[in-house]
Amino acid sequence: MTARQDWLIPGLAATSVLAIFAACLLGSTPLPADRVIAAFFGGAEAGDRLVVWSIRLPRALAAFIVGAALGLSGAALQGLLRNPLAEPGVLGVSATASLAATFVLYYGLAGLSAWIMPIAAILGALAATSLLAIAAIRTQSVVTLILIGVGLSSFAGALMSLFMNLAPNPFSLSDMVNWMLGSVANRSFDEIMLASPFLVAGGAILLATRRGLSVLTLGEEAASGVGLNLRRQRIATVLGAGLATGASVALAGAIGFVGIVAPHLVRPFVDHDPARSLIPSALLAGLILVIADIGVRIIPTDSELKLGVVAALIGAPIFVWIAMQRRAVHD
Amino acid sequence: MTELIVEDLTVKAKEAVLVDAANVRLAPGELVALLGPNGAGKTSLLRASLGIDVPASGTATLGGEDTYGLDPIRRARSIAYLPQIRPLAWPNTVRDVVALGRFSHGAAIGRLKGLDAEVVDRAIAACDLTGLAHRRSDTLSGGELARMHCARAFAAEAPLLIADEPTAALDPRHQFRILDLIAEFVKQGGGALVVLHDISLAARYAARLIWMKQGRILADGPPSETLTTERLEEVYGVRARVDGLRVEMDGST
Repeated sequence: MTARQDWLIPGLAATSVLAIFAACLLGSTPLPADRVIAAFFGGAEAGDRLVVWSIRLPRALAAFIVGAALGLSGAALQGLLRNPLAEPGVLGVSATASLAATFVLYYGLAGLSAWIMPIAAILGALAATSLLAIAAIRTQSVVTLILIGVGLSSFAGALMSLFMNLAPNPFSLSDMVNWMLGSVANRSFDEIMLASPFLVAGGAILLATRRGLSVLTLGEEAASGVGLNLRRQRIATVLGAGLATGASVALAGAIGFVGIVAPHLVRPFVDHDPARSLIPSALLAGLILVIADIGVRIIPTDSELKLGVVAALIGAPIFVWIAMQRRAVHD
Repeated sequence: MTELIVEDLTVKAKEAVLVDAANVRLAPGELVALLGPNGAGKTSLLRASLGIDVPASGTATLGGEDTYGLDPIRRARSIAYLPQIRPLAWPNTVRDVVALGRFSHGAAIGRLKGLDAEVVDRAIAACDLTGLAHRRSDTLSGGELARMHCARAFAAEAPLLIADEPTAALDPRHQFRILDLIAEFVKQGGGALVVLHDISLAARYAARLIWMKQGRILADGPPSETLTTERLEEVYGVRARVDGLRVEMDGST
């Protein structure tokens, strides 16, 4: 354990807190730091408290939580599949969760209750993870799991396109587009609370089984030889990542690529150990989304940029770059 | 005493018989070489013996317990398994890879404590890797990688070792070094079953040779009894001259 590893987690945590604080300062009407601090502790004017507690803080926290869930899931899935290009999207979990959300929008069910859409997204993610968990019991092959994920993604994408194609009116179409692009605008503490049990459960499963991810470095046969229960490890990782990802889609819609970028940046600092990369990846991915969301809010555009769009604009080129760096030796 | 006992083990893939009623014993204190041409069923026999694959019939027991269905942690504490070497998924440091051998003892590789750290360092020293402990494994030569995997197996402190072609693709000097390490492990009281393709090397190091062809074990005994011209022709299809433990190959039959 080197000094830079000792400082990695505290450093990322402190920077994340600073970034969330900065997110409370910045916006259409910038607040000075002393008024934000006063508002945090129940002082300041009612207007300041409203801006900080009801608009900016929940939004920044939502961005951080969504990023952390995706970073953690991405790092765990990369360890399981021994592939730096894996992420929640690869297993089709994000796409299926988005599909469920689009489904309730298409049938106008979302208007019945504010909770229907988040619940649908979580159910969609769980449907995908259950399918994958069943497949993981039956197959020994990681490639098979990835292919099932690709199939799920494509099918969910096709159904979403169908819904948009047949959208009854421009309003529901614009709702669906919002959901597919991904955003944390106008999130409240209520929505965060609804997602958190799933986030906590998923995160706990992933952290509890992280030692097995280290062993998978050796390949599945050798990992089993040193005592890893392969089947149990696969189910735990797929389930944990599914819960965390479903909850993040419920909160913000589909946001891609942070689950790939953050672990990639973290890995050299933890000696490329998948287990040790989990927590730093979560913190870094959360930090990236908080900063990206600050960017979304202060870049002057006519209609607000979507967080998912900005994340993809940054993340997709990095994804291609990582893929180009890979040599056949690692497959 | 932990002993691996394989009785009438048959392994099938669909209709094909990969291993046909094999009987093998491995006890601490002996070095056994498993010989046979490609496709003889050596790896299938090892995997089914370890309980990684399901046998079609027969049994494999470890200290009296069936290996199939045995908890992987308990199996790993009794028997270390070195499969044919595959590239690592990530460029971990040598020390971290060796530390993975401690998984069955509950060690986390980033935070080795007490006994785990001691055993890992001892295995690293035994395999002459001390100077390389903090090197990235993707910068190692083939011989160094093979030693790293041996150290990982020894770090498990299991009484038995099964190694599938640990000397594959190594130059003669490194083949000797790997077998010296395994011989030392046996001298310390371990039992090792090693798949080898170099018959002279096997005869020099092993107390027993197990000869396998087309899924069947044809012979099992000390080199002085089982290493003959006829056997080499029968098992490998080669013309050879045998003089004591020396083997001279002249060509295929």
